[in-house]
Amino acid sequence: MNSEPARDRLVSLLERAAELKELLSGNEAIARGIYEAGVKVAVGYPGTPSTEILENVEKYKEDVYCEWSPNEKVAFEVAAGASLTGARAIVTMKHVGLNVAADPLMTLTYVGAVGGFVAIVADDPGMHSSQNEQDTRQYARFAKIPILEPADSEEARDFLVAGLELSEKFKTPVILRTTTRISHSRTLVQLRERVEHEPQGFKKDPPRFVPIPAWARPMRVRVEERLKAMAPEVCASPMNRIEWAGKELGIIACGVAYQYVKEVFPEASVLKLGWAYPFPDELIRQFAAGVSRLLVVEELDDFVEEHVKSLGIACDGKNFIPNIGELSPMLLRRIRARMEGKELPQTLPVEEASQLPPRPPVLCPSCPHRAVFAALGKFDVVVTGDIGCYSLGVAAPLNRMDTILCMGAGISMAHGMKVAGEKRRVVGMVGDSTFFHSGITGLLDIGYNKSAPVIIILDNRVTAMTGHQENPGSGLTLMGETTWQASIEDFARACGIKRVFAVDPLKYDAFIELLKESFDTPEPTVIISRSPCIVHDHSGLQTVRQVDPDLCRTCKVCLKIGCPALEFTDGHVRINSLMCGGCSLCEQICPFDAISPISEP
Amino acid sequence: MNDCVSVFLTGVGGQGILLASEILSNAAMLAGFDVKTNEIHGMAQRGGTVTAQVRYGQKVYSPLICEGDARVLCAFEMAEAVRAAHYLAPSGLAVVNQYRIIPVTVSSGSSTYPQDIKETLRKRFPRLCYFDATARAAEAGTERAANVVLLGATSVGLDLPEETWLEAIRKTVKPKFIEVNLKAFAAGRAAAQS
Ligand code: SF4
Ligand code: SF4
Repeated sequence: MNSEPARDRLVSLLERAAELKELLSGNEAIARGIYEAGVKVAVGYPGTPSTEILENVEKYKEDVYCEWSPNEKVAFEVAAGASLTGARAIVTMKHVGLNVAADPLMTLTYVGAVGGFVAIVADDPGMHSSQNEQDTRQYARFAKIPILEPADSEEARDFLVAGLELSEKFKTPVILRTTTRISHSRTLVQLRERVEHEPQGFKKDPPRFVPIPAWARPMRVRVEERLKAMAPEVCASPMNRIEWAGKELGIIACGVAYQYVKEVFPEASVLKLGWAYPFPDELIRQFAAGVSRLLVVEELDDFVEEHVKSLGIACDGKNFIPNIGELSPMLLRRIRARMEGKELPQTLPVEEASQLPPRPPVLCPSCPHRAVFAALGKFDVVVTGDIGCYSLGVAAPLNRMDTILCMGAGISMAHGMKVAGEKRRVVGMVGDSTFFHSGITGLLDIGYNKSAPVIIILDNRVTAMTGHQENPGSGLTLMGETTWQASIEDFARACGIKRVFAVDPLKYDAFIELLKESFDTPEPTVIISRSPCIVHDHSGLQTVRQVDPDLCRTCKVCLKIGCPALEFTDGHVRINSLMCGGCSLCEQICPFDAISPISEP
Repeated sequence: MNDCVSVFLTGVGGQGILLASEILSNAAMLAGFDVKTNEIHGMAQRGGTVTAQVRYGQKVYSPLICEGDARVLCAFEMAEAVRAAHYLAPSGLAVVNQYRIIPVTVSSGSSTYPQDIKETLRKRFPRLCYFDATARAAEAGTERAANVVLLGATSVGLDLPEETWLEAIRKTVKPKFIEVNLKAFAAGRAAAQS
């Protein structure tokens, strides 16, 4: 490597590589596409695996207005408004977010877009960090609009740009669907420059923009006409292509599954569908006619397969490919073997792995939520929970959350249990971001229809679980401007709740007292547990705690709060000083005063 | 099935696995290869297992590694090495940090950390590079560079030119940490070669 020619070659290689491409995640590539395509407005609500799109758009805030909206419905409508002025606009969310935004989606499909409108929706097959698995392609068919599915980062960027163009050409909203493996895989992308798209401003046109029944009926017809008009385009689009190879087996593949197919079936011809709906019927027919056997490889539903069969074309698909969970190249290898009448053994973890301690995610050391769960553990209560870091309170040793449904349901379901006459005390729990997202209306229901659960709002002023995004309580916008901090107290009172308290749960005994008193009151109570997320706001960090081995009687009461800094090794309770954030919860619950701040040197 | 090189990194949230994966993928890119990586985000980061997969070659399709295909398994924590052992190819190199992070399930008494884990490592990994990367990192200047020490050891099992690694480190880490990370990388490489 030290010889001169080798070094020169290396240097030129390095230079070439550097000028060629960048390694970007799907989310980063989409953010880049938003910038390059001249998008003016980019909004969304955080949700894994979609969150990093807007976080990266923030880099381009000189050119692109970006915001975290309180929820996906609002975000969708903000982007729709922007599109009607002629501006290119996008909205980002995870799959379940589209359920929240389904209402505007189903009518924007009638009203249509002016400036390019793309809803970027990230699915999570395999549920890496989601409460369900749903196939967003069904929404595209439901709403009768195009859906694009990239298979790597470069395509994610390119398809976004293509989606905006399609949207303008056919005056339709478009969905760009990614999955976790597209969003979070990094692959090479060739960067381009930004091309501006100046909006012409809103042009009044009520028959086009106002779906009162008389105008909605012709809009309804236009939706169908639009689908027909797209048919030739979808077959000719470079997003859909046939890669001819052997004629024995032909595979129709979508999204990341295309990559697995190319690796596991190198000899097969492939019809890669990047724009699957409206279905490219002619292309499918042409491909099917050119191969002896047809297989559809798609994650989750049999979306394409069902359609292929409806065209009268025989194919394999979900009879081999599972419709639950995500695919992988390993899974396809086994499927290939099965198709060939063999059985590949599963490569299981080594035997010793079954004896390993599980390592589930847990609340961080010093997370104030822990005190809330520990306190609730003292009462016989039902806790209707919600989605956030605090969902982790469901696990041992805290075991203090009984239900989760969707954002905001922590409040509304508590009301439902109360009006059904549930005998135990009912606690509804949500976070600050979840409260702003869709908890307010549930609280209004409690105030108006007069039930009396205890609602705990875990207020750490940040959307922690998805990586600490700002929310209306943070006092900071995504673009870095200071703003008003929404007051949960004011919201609660405006919803008709009279007993509203804001307390620090780490003042543990007082917190327990407040809970006790609230459970004994025949009125609804809102307790705002106000304490910062320790990972986001280091101001809460205190002196590290230690255990005095002479005073500790190894009753292990402190271990029941599940703090990762508390260890029990070689018969002793110890505190890992590198992890402890000094929240003092263990000190407050130790019955023998064995825990104290370490003495400063 | 194809000639891509696959590397599987595993450890616990907060150990710097994502930075290590970024350096590795930059090194492969600088060497002129096609590269794909995949990382698990989200819930996994609250003290859970974190994994990163890196693949490079003339043309890479799948960002995911098949079990039994990784040329190097780089484990930042001992139990996680065993959990991911089935990803390593039979002839592959296992780089394992001599370091334990006790999960909450152990302190709360619902499970135990295996006492004989070193024997398991020796038994399961015929090509094992097992050492205390945290101590080597501390010698290089900061414990926090343990991830780059492990990367140094990993580099011994791969065929990327040393210069591209150094260039990748310079390109990836913050300027004021370049020196210490270069030292950490060298320490890891030395540990694996000795
Ligand atoms: S990130 Fe913040 S809110 Fe989430 S568990 Fe950690 S300390 Fe708690
Ligand atoms: S060890 Fe005690 S003081 Fe330290 S973070 Fe855990 S509970 Fe809080």
